[in-house]
Amino acid sequence: MSPPAPDDVDAPEALAAFRAEVRAWLEENCPPSLRTPATSAEEVWGGRRATFPSDDARRWLERCAARGYTAPTWPRGYGGAGLSAAQARVLEQEQRALGCRRPLVSFGVWMLGPVLLEFGSDAQKAEHLPPIARGEIRWCQGYSEPGAGSDLASLQTRAVRDGDDFVVDGAKVWTSFADKSDMMFCLVRTNPDAPKHAGISFLLIDMAAPGVSVRPITLISGSSPFCETRFDGVRVPARNLVGTLDGGWTIAKRLLEHERSVISLMRDAAPEDTETLAAMARRCLGVTADGRIADPILRDEVIAADVDFLCNRLTLQRSREAAQAGRGPGAESSMFKLYGTELSKRRKDLRVRLAGYQGLGWDGDGYTAAELQVTRDWLRSRASSIEGGTSEIQLNIIAKRVLGLPD
Amino acid sequence: MTFLLSPEQDAIQRAARVFVRDQLPVAHLRALRDAGDALGLSRERWRAAAELGWAGIAIADAHGGAGLGVVELGLILEECGRTLAPTPLLSTSLLGAGALAAAASPEAATILEAIARGERLVALAHEEQPRFAPYRVATTARRADGGVWRLDGAKVAVLDGVAADHLVVVARVTGGPGDRAGLALFLVDAGAPGLTVERRSRVDSRGCAAVTLADVRVPATRCLVGAAPGDGAPTGADVLDRLIARATAALCAEMLGGMQEAFDRTIAYLEERKQFGVPIGSFQALKHRAAHLFCELELTRSVVRAALVAVDAGAADAAILVAAAKAKASATYVDVTAEAIQLHGGIGATDDLDIGLFYKRARACELTFGDAAYHRDRFGQLQGY
Ligand SMILES: Cc1cc2nc3c(=O)[nH]c(=O)nc-3n(C[C@H](O)[C@H](O)[C@H](O)COP(=O)(O)OP(=O)(O)OC[C@H]3O[C@@H](n4cnc5c(N)ncnc54)[C@H](O)[C@@H]3O)c2cc1C
Repeated sequence: MSPPAPDDVDAPEALAAFRAEVRAWLEENCPPSLRTPATSAEEVWGGRRATFPSDDARRWLERCAARGYTAPTWPRGYGGAGLSAAQARVLEQEQRALGCRRPLVSFGVWMLGPVLLEFGSDAQKAEHLPPIARGEIRWCQGYSEPGAGSDLASLQTRAVRDGDDFVVDGAKVWTSFADKSDMMFCLVRTNPDAPKHAGISFLLIDMAAPGVSVRPITLISGSSPFCETRFDGVRVPARNLVGTLDGGWTIAKRLLEHERSVISLMRDAAPEDTETLAAMARRCLGVTADGRIADPILRDEVIAADVDFLCNRLTLQRSREAAQAGRGPGAESSMFKLYGTELSKRRKDLRVRLAGYQGLGWDGDGYTAAELQVTRDWLRSRASSIEGGTSEIQLNIIAKRVLGLPD
Repeated sequence: MTFLLSPEQDAIQRAARVFVRDQLPVAHLRALRDAGDALGLSRERWRAAAELGWAGIAIADAHGGAGLGVVELGLILEECGRTLAPTPLLSTSLLGAGALAAAASPEAATILEAIARGERLVALAHEEQPRFAPYRVATTARRADGGVWRLDGAKVAVLDGVAADHLVVVARVTGGPGDRAGLALFLVDAGAPGLTVERRSRVDSRGCAAVTLADVRVPATRCLVGAAPGDGAPTGADVLDRLIARATAALCAEMLGGMQEAFDRTIAYLEERKQFGVPIGSFQALKHRAAHLFCELELTRSVVRAALVAVDAGAADAAILVAAAKAKASATYVDVTAEAIQLHGGIGATDDLDIGLFYKRARACELTFGDAAYHRDRFGQLQGY
C-alpha cells in the first residue's frame, strides 16, 4: 500500500469533515462564558504565576492544551495537534465563528516555538515545547537594549563561557512582561571581536536565576506592560544555547519574521472592537434624513479606513493561499506589519475623534468603560508601529528584500 | 481559493502578455496618437486578437464566444493595461456584447457572432453628465406610430464611439433625470439618420466620442431591453447596473496592469540612474516612497481580484467589492504614476518617456465609471454608513 499523499488532509472533503469535527468539539468544550470578546485584562498568558479571570478560562486552556489546540501546527509529540496549515486555518475560522476566546496568549507559542522547531536540538524541543503548549511556562523576548533598538545587531549584553555555564552581564529594555515571565529568549554577544552580526548567540535564560532584576516602565496609555531587565553575573547552563555559538543572528531574524506575521494576523483575526467603526460613527455623529452618517467628512474617513481594512484582509488571504500553494511568506511579513499597524493607528485615532470630548477621558466619573478603552487603545496603538521593528525598518526591508533596491 | 489562477487562466494571461508585447506595445498607442487616428485603435490588430479568442471571451459559446467571465477578461485587460493597448475589450466585448446578450432578438445574436469574430464594434452611449452619474439620463425615447421609437438627446464619454459600427443607446422612456426607473436600451447603427458622432480627443488617447441624437428612429425590434418589460424580466436599469458593475471591475484590472508597469519601470530606473556617484535607489527617501507604493499596489491587486471573482460568482457582496476595488484602484493608479514621474526626474516630465502616458491614463481611468470619492460613497451607501 502506498503511503497517503501528504496533502490528503487538505483535500476539500477531508477539510469539510475536519471542520465538522472541530465545530462539534468546540460546541461541546468551549464554555459559553468564553464566547465573548476578551478584554486585555481577561487574556490568559499562562506561566508559573498564571492568573485566570474565571474557572471557565482555566478549564478552556486545559481542554485545548490536552487536544494540542494551543499550538495546532506543532507535532503531537511536542504538545501540538499536528495540523496542516489549512486545518489550522479551519480551526481558527470555527473558533472565530463561535466567538471562542483564545485559550492562551503566548510569546512561546508565537515566536520561540517555531524557531525551536527549526533550530533547536531534540532535547531542547522536548524540554521547552510541551510546557509552552500547556501554558505552564511564560516567555519574554530579550532583544532590545538601551543602545540597540532598530540597530539590533549592535547589542552589547555579554555572555562568557565558564565551565558548563555562560555568565551573562548587561541590560535589556522594553522587555514586554519581563516581570511576569518565567524564561527569556535572549540575544547575547558571545564574540566581541567578530563583525557585529557574527558574534551573537541565542540563549534561553531563567528569569528566576540569581542576578536577574526587572523594573517596570509605564507607557503613554498608562499601562506598564514592559520592563528594563538587568543581568549581573547571571549563570546560564550551556545546554540553553540554541543553534551554534555565534550563530544566533539567523535565528533572531527568523523569529522576527514570525513576530511580524503574528502582529499582522492578530489584527486580522481579532474582532478589533466590539462596535464597528460605522456603528460608532452613527452613534456619535447621528444620521441624516436619508440615513447617512451626518458628518460627511468623517463619514468619508470612516469609509476609507474600512476600504483599506478590507483590502488588507484580502491581501492576507491572498498571501495565505500562496503559502498553501508552496510560496512562502518571507519579506511579505514586513508589508503586513507595516500596513497593519499603520492602519490600526489610523482607525484608533479616528475612534477618538468620533467620540469627541468623551474620547478625552482618563479615569473616574463621566465616562463609560468602553469610552475609556477607546482612549487607552488609541494611545497604546502608537507603540504598535515601533514594537517588533519600526515602520521605517519595515520600509527598509521591503525596499531591500522585496524590491531589490541597492544599499 | 480566490486568488490563485487556474492553469487555464494562467495560459490566457501568458498568451495575452506575448500578444500585447508583439502587437500592441506602447509604441502602437503612440503611433495612433501621433497620426491623429480618429478611431483610436486598429481594427486589423483587433481581428488578430479575435483569433486568440479575445473578442468573444465573455460571449456565450452559442454565439461563437468562449463563455468565460470577467476574471478571464480581466487577465487580458491587465496585460493590455501594461502597454496601454487600445482595444475595444471594454466597449465592445463587455458593454456592447453584454447589452446585446440581454436581448433575445435574432439580430442581436447575429451581431454577437460578428463581434466574436472581431468584425463588428459596438459602443455604449450612456453618460450625459460631466462626471459619472448613471441614472442622470435626459435622452428621451418616445413611442411613435408603428411601434417605432424616436430618440432625442446628447451623450458624452462614449468609449470607442467613433470606431463603433453600432451604438447601444440608453434612453429614458418615463420619469426624469436621476430616476433609476424608466431607462431602456436601444440599438442604433453608426450611420443612422439624425445621429451625429464626433471624435473627442482625450489626454489619454483612448478613443472617445460625443454623440447627439436628433429624432433618431429605432424600430421596436431594436429596443434591446425595455424600461418595464414585466414578468420579472430585468429592466433597462437592471441590465445597465450589471453591465457597469462588470465593466468597472474589468477596468480595475486594466488599471492594475498599468500601475504595475509604471511601478516596475520606476524601480528599474531607481537601480539604473546614478547621481552623487550612486544609484538613486540607494537614497532612503526614495526607497521608502517605493516601498509605500508597493504596499498600496499589493492591496489594490487583492481587492481587484476579489471583485472580479465575486462578480463572476454573482456573490452577495459583489457590488461592495467592486466599489472598494474602484475606490482603491483609482487612488493607487494616480499615486503610483504621479510618483513615477517625480522619481524619474526631468525625463519623467517629458513626452519621450512612456511614464507620462501612464499618468494620463490613470487620470482618465479614475474618472471613468466613478472616481474614488464616488465609490467610497457607494461602498458606504451599500452598507448603511
Ligand atoms: C510596546 C512595546 C513593546 C516592546 N516589546 C519588546 C520586547 O518584548 N522585547 C524586545 O526586545 N523589544 C521590545 N520592544 C522594543 C522595540 O523592538 C524597539 O523599540 C524598536 O525596535 C525600536 O528601537 P528603539 O526604540 O531603540 O528606536 P530607535 O531604533 O532609536 O529608532 C528611533 C527612530 O529612528 C528610526 N530609525 C532607526 N533606524 C533607522 C533606519 N536605519 N532607517 C530609518 N529610520 C530609522 C526609527 O524608525 C524611529 O523612528 C518593544 C517596544 C514597544 C514600544
